[in-house]
Amino acid sequence: MAAFPISLKVNGAAVSRTVEPRTLLSDFLRDDLDLKGTHVGCEHGVCGTCTVLIDGQSARSCLTFAVQADGCAIRTVDGLAQGGQLNPLQQGFWEKHGLQCGFCTPGMLMVATELLERNANPSTDEIREAVSANLCRCTGYYNIVESIQHAVTLMKEGAK
Amino acid sequence: MKPAVFDYIRPGSLPEALAALARHGAAGKILAGGQSLVPMMNLRVVKPEVVIDINRVPGLGAIRVDGGELVIGALARHAALLSSELVKKHCPLMADAYPWVAHGPIRNRGTLGGNISHADPASEMPAVLAACDAKIIAKSAKATRTIVAKEFFVAPLTTTLAAGEMLTEIRIPSAPAGQGWSWQEEAIRKGDFAMAAVGVTLTIAGGRCTQASVAIGGMERAGVRLAKVEAHLVGVALDEARIASAAKLAAELVQPGDSYHADARYKRELVEALTARALTTARGRCK
Repeated sequence: MAAFPISLKVNGAAVSRTVEPRTLLSDFLRDDLDLKGTHVGCEHGVCGTCTVLIDGQSARSCLTFAVQADGCAIRTVDGLAQGGQLNPLQQGFWEKHGLQCGFCTPGMLMVATELLERNANPSTDEIREAVSANLCRCTGYYNIVESIQHAVTLMKEGAK
Repeated sequence: MKPAVFDYIRPGSLPEALAALARHGAAGKILAGGQSLVPMMNLRVVKPEVVIDINRVPGLGAIRVDGGELVIGALARHAALLSSELVKKHCPLMADAYPWVAHGPIRNRGTLGGNISHADPASEMPAVLAACDAKIIAKSAKATRTIVAKEFFVAPLTTTLAAGEMLTEIRIPSAPAGQGWSWQEEAIRKGDFAMAAVGVTLTIAGGRCTQASVAIGGMERAGVRLAKVEAHLVGVALDEARIASAAKLAAELVQPGDSYHADARYKRELVEALTARALTTARGRCK
C-alpha cells in the first residue's frame, strides 16, 4: 500500500510524516503524534468527541483522512492550555463543573472554541446550538452551557 | 472501526478527476465532504478500492447565479449554503430547510453534492431539490448529462449516476417573485435524520393556486414529489378545507417504513400535520 508524505501544522508546530491513505486524522493525532487529548468515540461522526479545528473550522477527525489534512493547520484540545495555564474556556469548564466523566470534553471544548472565535458574546441559544453537535451522556448539557457562558465572562475580565 | 485499505488519488483539476473515475469505474469513489462516505467506510459498509479526493479541485465550490438559475458547485459546503444570501434570495425553500441539516462540524465539511449523491431518504436536500425542479449536471470523461431532480433518486441510497460519472453542478431555477414556500420537519433532535418532512412551494394568483410543488422526506426514497397532492391544489382557492384535504391525501400517498423512533402509522400522521402546516405557512408567504 502506497504511503503518502504529508506536511501540516498541529497546534502551531510543523509536522511531516508519511501516512497510509486509510489512516483517520483522529488516529494520526493520537497514535502517530501521541496527542491523546482528542478522544475517539463512535467513529462515524455522531458523538463529536473527536472534533478538532481544521483551518479554523470544527470537523470530525474520525471522518477525515490524515492525508486530507496535508497543508492544513490543525488545532486540538492539547493546544488550548498555554504555558501550563488553562485557557478561559478550560477554566470555565473547571469552575462550573462542565464535565463529569470527561469523555466528551475535548470535542465540547473545540466546538466552543470555534463558537467563541466567531462570536465573542454568544446567546444561550447559540451556545446550545453549538454544543448540540456533540453528545454528552453525563451532564445534561446545563453545566456545559454555563461553563461556556462563564468563559465569556472570564475572557471579558481578562480583556480589561 | 477502521476503513479497509484503499488507493488515494488527489486530482488537481476536473478533467483529472474524471479521467481517474473513467480508469477505475465502479471501484472508484469520489470523496467530497466525506460526511456520508467516510462513516460508511469506517463501518466497512463500503470498501472502495480507489478514493478520488476532489477537495483540491479549484472552482468546484462556487455558489453563483447564472441565466436565472442558482448554480451550486459539487464542493459547496452546507455551512456556506446555510449562510448564503444568494440561496436566501433565489431558493428560499432551501434556506428554510438548511437549519435542519446536521450540526456545525458536519456542515463545515459536508457538501450538497455529496449529500444528494448519497440519496438518503431521511435527508432534507433531495426533497428541496425535487420541490424546486432542480437539475443535476453529471459529467464523465466522455459526456455531460442533465438529470431532473425527481428522476435523480431511484431508491434508498441509489441515484441514476453511473460508474464513471460524477455530479459537478446543481442548477435551481430562481424562485419566481411572489411564490410562497415552507419547510416543515419532525426529528427526535434538530439536526438528526427526519422522521418526516415536507417542503412546499405555492403560487397564488387571483385568489386561486396556480402552481404547487409538494415534496417529502423521511419516506420510501429520497426526493419524492406528490403529484396528486399538487393536482389537488392547483386551480382552486386554498381555504382551510382544501389544505386539510390535501394534507390527508399526502398522508395516504406516502409509503413510510417503520423506524426506531416512528412507526409507519405515526409517520403518516406526521405527514398530514406537516403538510397542512407547510401549505398554510407557504400560503401566508405568497404575494
